Amino acid sequence: MNGIHDMGGMQGFGRVQIEPDEALFHTPWESRAMAITVAMGASGQWNIDLSRSARESLPPPVYLSSSYYEIWIRGLEKLMLERGMVSHAELQTGSMQQAPIAIAHVLRKETVDAALKTGSPTHRPAASTAQFKVGDSVRARNLNPQGHTRLPRYVRGHLGTVQAVHGAHVFADQHASKPMPPFDDTAQWLYTVVFEGTELWGPGSDALLQVSVDAWESYLEAAAP
Amino acid sequence: MPSPSHEPDYSPDHPHDHSHASSTLSPMELRVRALETLLTRKGYIDTAALDRIIETYETQVGPHNGAKVVAKAWSEPEFRAWLLKDATSAIASLGFTGRQGEHMVAVENTPSQHNMVVCTLCSCYPWPILGLPPVWYKSAAYRSRAVIEPRKVLADFGLRLPEATALRVWDSTAEVRYLVLPLQPEGTQGWSEDQLATLVTRDAMIGTGLALAPPSPAQVSA
Repeated sequence: MNGIHDMGGMQGFGRVQIEPDEALFHTPWESRAMAITVAMGASGQWNIDLSRSARESLPPPVYLSSSYYEIWIRGLEKLMLERGMVSHAELQTGSMQQAPIAIAHVLRKETVDAALKTGSPTHRPAASTAQFKVGDSVRARNLNPQGHTRLPRYVRGHLGTVQAVHGAHVFADQHASKPMPPFDDTAQWLYTVVFEGTELWGPGSDALLQVSVDAWESYLEAAAP
Repeated sequence: MPSPSHEPDYSPDHPHDHSHASSTLSPMELRVRALETLLTRKGYIDTAALDRIIETYETQVGPHNGAKVVAKAWSEPEFRAWLLKDATSAIASLGFTGRQGEHMVAVENTPSQHNMVVCTLCSCYPWPILGLPPVWYKSAAYRSRAVIEPRKVLADFGLRLPEATALRVWDSTAEVRYLVLPLQPEGTQGWSEDQLATLVTRDAMIGTGLALAPPSPAQVSA
């Protein structure tokens, strides 16, 4: 979706505020929010793309006025509400009013280290040959899907060059298309596509700038250089 | 130390509550506490697992991991070549793997090109080697400006690149995570990897900074 999260190239947010000797967490609740989100991510009730989708589809004013971990918590609450795992009343009070639903997995202390060390690799065997190779000219398609996508607006319609081929990876848009497991983990070829700064930002912009995105094959079409 | 108990411990002397009396808790503090209590009661989460996750990122996983990778690349040409060819395997050989670093790519700065990493869509960041991202990396200002006026963004960090230096920005839009391999500072040839690692900052590995210059001889002899 063309959401507020898709910020590349927006203007007006001011200077980057750099905090010297920044603490890892600024309040006690931030560390708990991070850990709760990571632990619930292991429940198997959603995947990382559904999780991103939940955050980026928060109302734009809420997204912009929420701190980072607040966005995480709002996204998590939304995911759980959608799945009937919790109710609004329960979230407000913290007391259980309805029985829990069965979930695929509960992350235990004993399995935390292994889970973090393994992660969730997205690389998959390729089901087809790659349409593009390094050096090919490609154009980012002008796509505006309602659902989750990882093709940022600022490259859509622009001409770029394939700089790397990463093999086939679970296609984020499709991975977020089904709310409940089993998820659609269809893989597509993934490429690093580099754009000249002047192609993206027009004449007079930084001539020594290049910007790349990682783009799945269906985001791209062949183009004449 | 995190509480080993399986019920959230919110007593006033608990480390999670070190600075707030219950009457002054922020709405988010209350909200997250209620959430943790609820999810624990429902059996969806294990409080001890949360403690372990926090402990991992507070004490084990952070930019010191990435600094080891960079220092080794500066010291060993073979490792450097491996890192640039297959960063996932090279980094894994040092024990750094997993969540938000499943697929790694290392990009090297040269005298003529500087690299810089952003995630314009959210906050993608190589956790196993850098830990959790700083607030500025997740900020609207950084995410919006890094791709359209990166030189000005670098100036916010006090980094002014020569005008002739090309700038390459990597937007982490899929599950590939990027490590910038900074230029090795002059005058550090022959240093041990441990010494070199002290010069490698988090920002140097994101590309919003450079590796630190070695202390001047006067400082060394002092």
